[in-house]
Amino acid sequence: MTTSTGVEELPIRTGDDVVRVRQLVRARAQEVRLSLVDQTKLVTAASELARNTLVHGGSGTATVETLSRDGRSGIRAVFADEGPGIPDVDQALTPGWTSGSGLGLGLSGARKLVDEFAIDTAVGRGTTVTVVKWTR
Amino acid sequence: MERVPVLSLGDALLVSIQIDLQDNTVLALQEDLAERIVSTGARGVLIDISAVDIVDSFIGRMFASIAALSRLLDAETVVVGMRPAVAITLVELGLSLAGVRTALDVERGMKILRALSDRREVRQADEADADLVPVAEGGGPAAGA
Ligand SMILES: Nc1ncnc2c1ncn2[C@@H]1O[C@H](COP(=O)(O)OP(=O)(O)O)[C@@H](O)[C@H]1O
Ligand SMILES: [Mg+2]
Repeated sequence: MTTSTGVEELPIRTGDDVVRVRQLVRARAQEVRLSLVDQTKLVTAASELARNTLVHGGSGTATVETLSRDGRSGIRAVFADEGPGIPDVDQALTPGWTSGSGLGLGLSGARKLVDEFAIDTAVGRGTTVTVVKWTR
Repeated sequence: MERVPVLSLGDALLVSIQIDLQDNTVLALQEDLAERIVSTGARGVLIDISAVDIVDSFIGRMFASIAALSRLLDAETVVVGMRPAVAITLVELGLSLAGVRTALDVERGMKILRALSDRREVRQADEADADLVPVAEGGGPAAGA
């Protein structure tokens, strides 16, 4: 069974908010003693996803919580917006593909950097990306 | 928005990133550096990222852009002090930063910049000699025509 504690939600409306999301994810990852490399991977993924929420989704929220399952701890971060949604998720997940002027490495990169990754999106309704990183 | 200070040291510019980088700060730094390279005639740019705990695709792209734009402005860029966890993460993210010169620390970075600038001076001296020879001998393609 997975239990969740310490749910915290931050708005993502500006570039400074993206920095605050990184800081919160970092603090939580340190709390559960993720290794330094795993912390760095998770925070980097969070940075990419928070930027997508801002740039592609218009604005939104990040929700961070601590998980516990079978003696392991993890951090879950959820990035939600009510923007345009993603018409073709496979395309969006292709490294190097961008609809804008980015490098197109955010979504595909974030997926590689975490243990669990899920996208829930609908055109015209918005996008929610959920990631989890577990201690080893 | 916080700005990253750019220091002038001899014929190099020194940037030590000590703050959390938000995207506008990154863009401003790129512009500041382009202007400062031109206004100071700097031949080298050293960017110290030893205090930077994450580099995502946006920040990573800045290093590549600064390296490219400095080359266009006749200067070389070296990024120094990347943390091991950051390097591991960048590779997994898919960002190789090909074309960005790196060094382990500031000292080695400065050494690279000095070596590049010495090599350039030698090359310029050679080119100057090459120009002088035909003139001194009164020859050269133009004179022969
Ligand atoms: N939250 C989102 N809302 C709408 N579209 C998105 C969202 N996140 C990602 N996308 C789409 O997926 C593409 C790939 O995202 P990403 O890999 O982060 O590249 P980049 O942000 O550099 O364009 C984006 O260009 C965009 O079209
Ligand atoms: Mg992106």
